Amino acid sequence: MRELAYYEAKLEALREILAADERVHFITEIATGFLGLSARRFQFNEIAKSFPDRVISPPISELAVCGLATGAAMAGLRPIVDLITASFAFEAWPQIVNEAANAFYMSGGQTRAPVVFHLLHGLRGAGAAQHSHSPQAMLWNCPGLKIVLPSSPRDVKGLLKAAAASDSPTVFIDHVLLFEYKGLVPDASEVIPFGQAEIKRAGADVTVVATSLMVQRSLSVAERLAKDGIDAEVVDPRTIVPLDLETIMASVEKTGRVVLVDECHQSCGVAAELAARIAEVGFDRLKAPVRRVATLDVPVPFSPPLEEFVSPSETRIAAAIRAAAR
Amino acid sequence: MLLIRHFEETLIGLHDQGHFEGHFHVYIGQEATGVPALSCLAPDDHIFTTHRNHGHLLARGADPARMYAEILGRRDGYNKGKGGTFHIAASHLGFHHTSGVVAGIIPLAVGAAYAAKARKTGQLAACLFGDGALEEGAAPESLNIASLWNLPVLFLCENNGKYGAGRAIGAVQSFSMAVYPLIDLPKVYKINARQVDGTDADAVHQAISEAVERIRRGEGPQFIETQTVRWPGSESNWPIVPVPTKIDLAWDVSSVPQKFRDWYASSDPVLAFVRKTVECGAATRDELAEIDRNAVERIDKAAKFALASPYPDPQEAVTEVFA
Repeated sequence: MRELAYYEAKLEALREILAADERVHFITEIATGFLGLSARRFQFNEIAKSFPDRVISPPISELAVCGLATGAAMAGLRPIVDLITASFAFEAWPQIVNEAANAFYMSGGQTRAPVVFHLLHGLRGAGAAQHSHSPQAMLWNCPGLKIVLPSSPRDVKGLLKAAAASDSPTVFIDHVLLFEYKGLVPDASEVIPFGQAEIKRAGADVTVVATSLMVQRSLSVAERLAKDGIDAEVVDPRTIVPLDLETIMASVEKTGRVVLVDECHQSCGVAAELAARIAEVGFDRLKAPVRRVATLDVPVPFSPPLEEFVSPSETRIAAAIRAAAR
Repeated sequence: MLLIRHFEETLIGLHDQGHFEGHFHVYIGQEATGVPALSCLAPDDHIFTTHRNHGHLLARGADPARMYAEILGRRDGYNKGKGGTFHIAASHLGFHHTSGVVAGIIPLAVGAAYAAKARKTGQLAACLFGDGALEEGAAPESLNIASLWNLPVLFLCENNGKYGAGRAIGAVQSFSMAVYPLIDLPKVYKINARQVDGTDADAVHQAISEAVERIRRGEGPQFIETQTVRWPGSESNWPIVPVPTKIDLAWDVSSVPQKFRDWYASSDPVLAFVRKTVECGAATRDELAEIDRNAVERIDKAAKFALASPYPDPQEAVTEVFA
């Protein structure tokens, strides 16, 4: 095991993926791609230089680029498309949800489209309404897409490798505010299979199910609340399609109290679907109402205090856990 | 071409008899485009087509029985009944994905061409779409990329808008497209483009084979617009067959109802090809009548096969969502 920053683990995964398989083409805006506008973005240049024929900068044509990658996948490549900001997926929506997602099913199992769409989602600070979306719940409503939401250095590496190996269209949804988190990453190459949730913090009192950056935020809150005698268990599904409901329910069985933390807008968000599934199979285990902490149902505002107010902040997460624990 | 014509005419009958539901689009009037065009492709080329795909699949040798089964939602359909008329795929023939969104396949075909170039396979991707597809944003975005990256893709735009509904009478120009002629659009993106009469099988064959040669030589994307006169049977919401096509119609259209007679006399590509074949001595009327009888027989058998094919087990609906 080594300690790596999240962004280092992510770069390492991409480098290994490109080196291992010539069918992988990475389509990105080289200047700002993969690591977004983070301070670390220049570190991507070394990968771009190492694979000049397979790291490609396309025109600003998200729709055609996502279709191109899907068509290339149908014809034998394994492309990874970097849409950078998740909000830009809306420009490509018809190709992602209506062509790629449907291809295998609609063809009666004839046509595989092993394409990865990489997105950076969520409130990143100053993104305002058009660069802050978390489209994972909308995508979850489109059968045929696998949806990955990493939250730690080890996970981002192992899950990106699994995404690159997936035979189904896969949406890899990352968060730029995770990049500086540090964690242990195995020396040997590791592929983390889809559909395996991880207990990120064991606890006895309240189950907190969180994804992506919300995992780190929930862990931080859990440590603070532990001092007040509230022992929260933090469960990270890591992929929502497929979803490991079993691990989540095992935790719910134990605690009987659930808080769902998710950066989608609250209505019909990831938290909403998780709440429904937990209630469907575990209603009799619940000792308190299921609580959601999500982005408020308004467009995301620019001004920092406004953005903080609508976000699933540590303050709101802590309040929800306290309420659930009562 | 006769096989396609009889396939579609019989299909309209199957719909009228209530054997399948939903909207569908027939290839009648465009047979002299698809048949010669697809004959110019290699067996391993990639082909992407649209809601108006029946003629393309048949031209490539698809089994009409399995196509009917698909259109009727039966178990023996190419897509096991999960696709229907809009989405018939036959990957062994190069039809990976057939989209019901008019420009949906254009980026996909450009992507398959990208893969062929990257893998140096020598394949090309053929993208078969209608004139309306150029009105969606995916089309210009894809033309730009295909040209920029010099990709081996054939854009075949089948403009069936001549005298058609919603079109300016007497012109191929659409009421809904500012670009006229349509080939000005690919030309803006520095793509070699030409128009050809889509009812003239020889002209289409020559244009497409030249375009394919250019693509194989590495000259990048080529764009062909074929122009056909819209079949008047599709003017109403649901297509109607004014008269079943027979070889004899090539010389005598008096049995065709007045309203449709002009089209069969002067714009029907199948009858025009029949006349030309006899006139140039390539086949006699009797020989063509024999070919026609065989086509009718094959289509009858295909329809019977599809009608006898069972519906899929309802549980199949929740399978094969993921590869």
